[in-house]
Amino acid sequence: MPHKIVSKRQLSQDIFTAEIEAPLIAQARSPGQFVIISINNQYAERIPLTIADADAGKGTIRLIWQRVGKTTAELADLQVGDEIANISGPLGRPTRIENFGTVVCVGGGIGSAPLLPIAKALKDAGNKIISIIGAQSKNLLILEDEFRRISDELIVTTDDGSYGRKALVTEPLKEVCQRKAKPDRAFAIGPAIMMKFCAEVTRQFDIPIQVSLNTIMVDGTGMCGGCRVEIDGKPKFVCVDGPEFDGHKVNFDLMIKRLNAYSSQEQQAYEHYKKFSRRRHGDGPGWTTDNG
Amino acid sequence: MRGDNITTEEQRRQLLEELFEKKKAGKLTPAERFKIPPQPMPEQDHNDRRHNVNEVALGCTETAARLEALRCLQCKNAPCIKGCPVQIRIKDFVAAIADGRYEEALDIIKENSLLPAVCGRVCPQEVQCQQTCTVGVKFKDPTKAVSIGRLERFVADHGLAPRVRGDKLAPAEAGAGTATDEGPGTSLAVAPQTGMRVAVIGSGPGGIVAAADTRRAGHDVTIFEAFHKPGGVMVYGIPEFRLPKAIVQKEIDTVTKMGVKIICNFIVGRTRTIEQLMNEDGYDAVYIGVGAGLPTFMGIEGESLIGVYSANEYLTRANLMRAYDFGKSSDTPIARPKKVAVIGGGNVAMDSARMAVRLGAEKVYLVYRRTENEMPARIEEVRHAKEEGVEFRILQSPKRIIGDENCHVVGIECLKYRLGDPDASGRRRPIPIEGSEFTIDLDAVIIAIGNVANPLIRQTTPALAFNKRGNIIVDEDCKTSMEGVYAGGDIVLGAATVILAMGQGRIAAAAINEYLARKKETAKQPTDRRLNI
Repeated sequence: MPHKIVSKRQLSQDIFTAEIEAPLIAQARSPGQFVIISINNQYAERIPLTIADADAGKGTIRLIWQRVGKTTAELADLQVGDEIANISGPLGRPTRIENFGTVVCVGGGIGSAPLLPIAKALKDAGNKIISIIGAQSKNLLILEDEFRRISDELIVTTDDGSYGRKALVTEPLKEVCQRKAKPDRAFAIGPAIMMKFCAEVTRQFDIPIQVSLNTIMVDGTGMCGGCRVEIDGKPKFVCVDGPEFDGHKVNFDLMIKRLNAYSSQEQQAYEHYKKFSRRRHGDGPGWTTDNG
Repeated sequence: MRGDNITTEEQRRQLLEELFEKKKAGKLTPAERFKIPPQPMPEQDHNDRRHNVNEVALGCTETAARLEALRCLQCKNAPCIKGCPVQIRIKDFVAAIADGRYEEALDIIKENSLLPAVCGRVCPQEVQCQQTCTVGVKFKDPTKAVSIGRLERFVADHGLAPRVRGDKLAPAEAGAGTATDEGPGTSLAVAPQTGMRVAVIGSGPGGIVAAADTRRAGHDVTIFEAFHKPGGVMVYGIPEFRLPKAIVQKEIDTVTKMGVKIICNFIVGRTRTIEQLMNEDGYDAVYIGVGAGLPTFMGIEGESLIGVYSANEYLTRANLMRAYDFGKSSDTPIARPKKVAVIGGGNVAMDSARMAVRLGAEKVYLVYRRTENEMPARIEEVRHAKEEGVEFRILQSPKRIIGDENCHVVGIECLKYRLGDPDASGRRRPIPIEGSEFTIDLDAVIIAIGNVANPLIRQTTPALAFNKRGNIIVDEDCKTSMEGVYAGGDIVLGAATVILAMGQGRIAAAAINEYLARKKETAKQPTDRRLNI
């Protein structure tokens, strides 16, 4: 069953969002879960993407992705009406949603996308939501309006100061933690390095933090073990044990290194795609290099 | 009687004609059968095959197959059949091959096994049918038993591609080879629709058999597969060089031609739960054949380093995702280490080691803590691995994996082992020798020491009973603790083989057919009563 792209939008220079037909997943998914997609059955790789939102009535899911390599670039080149051959999910354990009291939600870059449905669900569960969303610069910031709608308080930061407050997200996070009414819980989703430092900040204040990890995966059902991370010194699989973990127990340094395991091949594939992508919108194999 | 110096195809043909005449006249003696030399399986040269993923064993010729079949003594007690997990009527199909009645031979196999082209290639025959073969016993050498697996493969391939082989002998030409494609082979006969629906979870060997057998009874059958391609372990696990994917696809086509539907990218437990399938989606029975699941790691230092892979990941990238074609026709990357150690002694370890050879490794070590005698791998895989240059390091096992400052693997520290008394598995227990540490320089480690049960079904099906190891508990009919739900294969047995999974798929299908027949009967009664009122 191929999945048709119903709508698609470019959110910033390298960030895209699309609404895609996937009725069963739309019905089954909960905040925090992800899918594995592969664009076609000929040559495509399988990549995990978090479900940003879903409309069970319409039978669609929303994905948000950043163009960082070949597959995400190819995905960005697809248009409304095009089809994605394979989407499987929803995968991973759903976020544990309950009324914790006050929750601070920290989203960095593209991480704001998977954070949004979690923040929404936490709000619906009666929590007070303080959201901190950050990006490198104004044109990379996403979902500000959406977060404003569901947050009791929203803090926006950019690394270069082109919008909102000039700071890394950890700065306002620390201030929020220092408040008299200390938050009861934190959620952070973003680049691994950001989550690492968010975990360190909250640790100082003894505030539990939940992080969502996006590692390399093949099957997404526990079979390959490529996604394994060290939690409290023990190996865990992000796909079946996660993707969310207690941020204070994650070995981020190792995880960051493991994310680069295939980086040279990924780079090679992306460079090749950029060079030949214009001729790729036919049915031909993805790697044709001949000039004929 | 010649026999000892048969080398050419022409000599084989002459010998076959001579022996076949004798057999027809009822004069072929067991002594003469013993004298027929075991027929060779042509193989790709080991220097060539190091550089490609094409199948290694090329398949024997028709003449060789019939000569091999004539080696069978047609024992009255047929110990081979007792050695077969699904009790194929081996001596009958072998006799049919000897006579050139290939279609009949294939039909005999298909009474009990739906995937002969697969099993002929991957079954561990030397510990099953060929272990008990009288010919092998007489020579005190299981490798001299009748090559039942090769004969199975021969006749299955003949059925899948009837006109490929050049050498034809009467009466073989007449009817050979269409059983799979058009029938009337047993596989395609389907009873009238019963209106009952069966969900099969997993499209591996067990699931395919369960689907085919329940479909034959007239039920509406759907297979749900988590991956984007059907075939399970036959597609993601066993490499192309041992089991070509085109062969697997043909076997799957047989099932879809029978009317079985296959839905890919469907993860039972996540996309829909078993309860939803039964209570909301109208499935009357379920077969769970989800396979092994989670790779086991050793629990030693350094296993999270970059360059340490589970065999599952390594082989899935290579097989399912065809990462060996990265940069040509595949986007999936794979590690291409120069020096790699594979830990383990089973078929998965051999597959990983031999795949590493093909991906350009200069040095491939197979590190195993017992000796070759205890290795669970098929003899043929061990031989092929050695021929391809894999270096066996027996009675050794890693104590820790060593990494550099960037968390990349640079070696393993090993301990030497000796064998003690037999353990629970009946194999002699490996005992580490204190102070025997040494290191091997490496840039990758592939861990192939087995799998544990995947927790997905357990997490999402509270009504189902599991044992301590996380395997589903079933009775002798493969029935689980949930009404209408049956299970088999690795999720029940732990690590098993293709043929054992198929055997359980068949048992479960028979039980499901019976269950649904009963269910239909009881469903009828209240309806009738209502009509009477």
